Amino acid sequence: MQQIINFVIKNKTFLLFLFLFSIGLALTIQSHSYHRSKFINSANALSGGVYGTVNSIDKYFDLEQENEILAEENRRLREQLFNSLNSKSNTIIDTLISKENYRITTADVYKNSYSLTNNHLTINKGKNDSIKQDFGVITSKGIVGIINNTSKNYATVLSILSKKSRINAKLKHSNHIGSLTWNGKSPEFVQLIDVSKFAPVKVGDTIVTGGQSSIFPKGINIGSIESFETDISGDTYTIQVKLFNDMTNIGTIYILENRDRNEILKLQSSSNE
Amino acid sequence: MNSALGINSIRFILLLLVQVIVCSHINFLGYINPYIYIIFIFLFPIREERLILLITSFLLGILVDMFLDSGGVHAAASVLLAYARPIFLKTSFGMLYEHQSIKFSNTELGSLITYITLGTLTHHLILFSLEVFNISSILLILKKTLFSSIFTIILCILIIILFSRNKK
Repeated sequence: MQQIINFVIKNKTFLLFLFLFSIGLALTIQSHSYHRSKFINSANALSGGVYGTVNSIDKYFDLEQENEILAEENRRLREQLFNSLNSKSNTIIDTLISKENYRITTADVYKNSYSLTNNHLTINKGKNDSIKQDFGVITSKGIVGIINNTSKNYATVLSILSKKSRINAKLKHSNHIGSLTWNGKSPEFVQLIDVSKFAPVKVGDTIVTGGQSSIFPKGINIGSIESFETDISGDTYTIQVKLFNDMTNIGTIYILENRDRNEILKLQSSSNE
Repeated sequence: MNSALGINSIRFILLLLVQVIVCSHINFLGYINPYIYIIFIFLFPIREERLILLITSFLLGILVDMFLDSGGVHAAASVLLAYARPIFLKTSFGMLYEHQSIKFSNTELGSLITYITLGTLTHHLILFSLEVFNISSILLILKKTLFSSIFTIILCILIIILFSRNKK
């Protein structure tokens, strides 16, 4: 017993080092193997508060750009509105059948990163605004990511610029699907993998969300095809997608809640059994 | 003793804030960021208990991790740097370290640069290995380590020189 105590006292620095280092290592491994980092994340009052203060100063510097983006979006929405007024003016919409599937919330981005291998954003809406895990996040131009962790007033978003993220996507002009991944290199490009070789892939075509994941609705813009190549196996295409979104400059985002998500998931799990 | 405690607490908070608010968002050439918070570990008083250094380094690392959503990579790298610090001190300062009489404000610039360079390279190598966490991307790890280290070393030395001259 005496010897054990002596040993501990003699090697206390090394033992403490080993202890703390393994905590760090465990947290790292945990953050790499699950799709959310459970214990240490920036969705808490301290880091949210600090980022909030910084953001309240910071956002004055790109008000002009933000205005341009909003004006552009307004223009597009107005165009859509007028077009739909013209085309649908004679049809009667049955209000009992059509209901709104998606609830949309806006939020400010407090922190954005794009230089790591797994990038997260911190936003200023949380459980108090009924934001939950696995809600989709988009901007007016394209998709951003999926809600990852939430606290009372803040939430973190797993960006599409992350090796962990897999988002269902398809070609706009056909229904060939693939999964969207990131190789960790450039924040301008993501990769669409596992696209069937029968798909009519052309450079410059648009990639949109596939609507199979029950997180994003079908047809939200992602990016355009920059280049493509056949896989090593020769059966599938790997497509380089240039994002419409500038992931390095994101100010305001929209959070999408699919009200039917639970129903869809329940149905899918029951048919898998 | 009390003034040392005060200076180190202020340094801890200031470096943490500067790191998470400014330095982690520079993204020079897309991915190069300096990690200047390790100045705290470099300049921690040598005569203090090593256990305290280990614990405070861990705290500093885990706080940076919390702000940057990076799991535990900064905590692990900082703890390793804090543990290995005596080795770097011995190789770069030699006799001065044996007599425990180093004052970082008036050491030779050459020894200081060696000390900072060794420490930063070790810290960044661990940091990026853990962050990428994939042995097949070893080239990416080395590239990130090299460029970020250069950035960090230059900033660290500038900051240390700037603030130590001020006190005279």
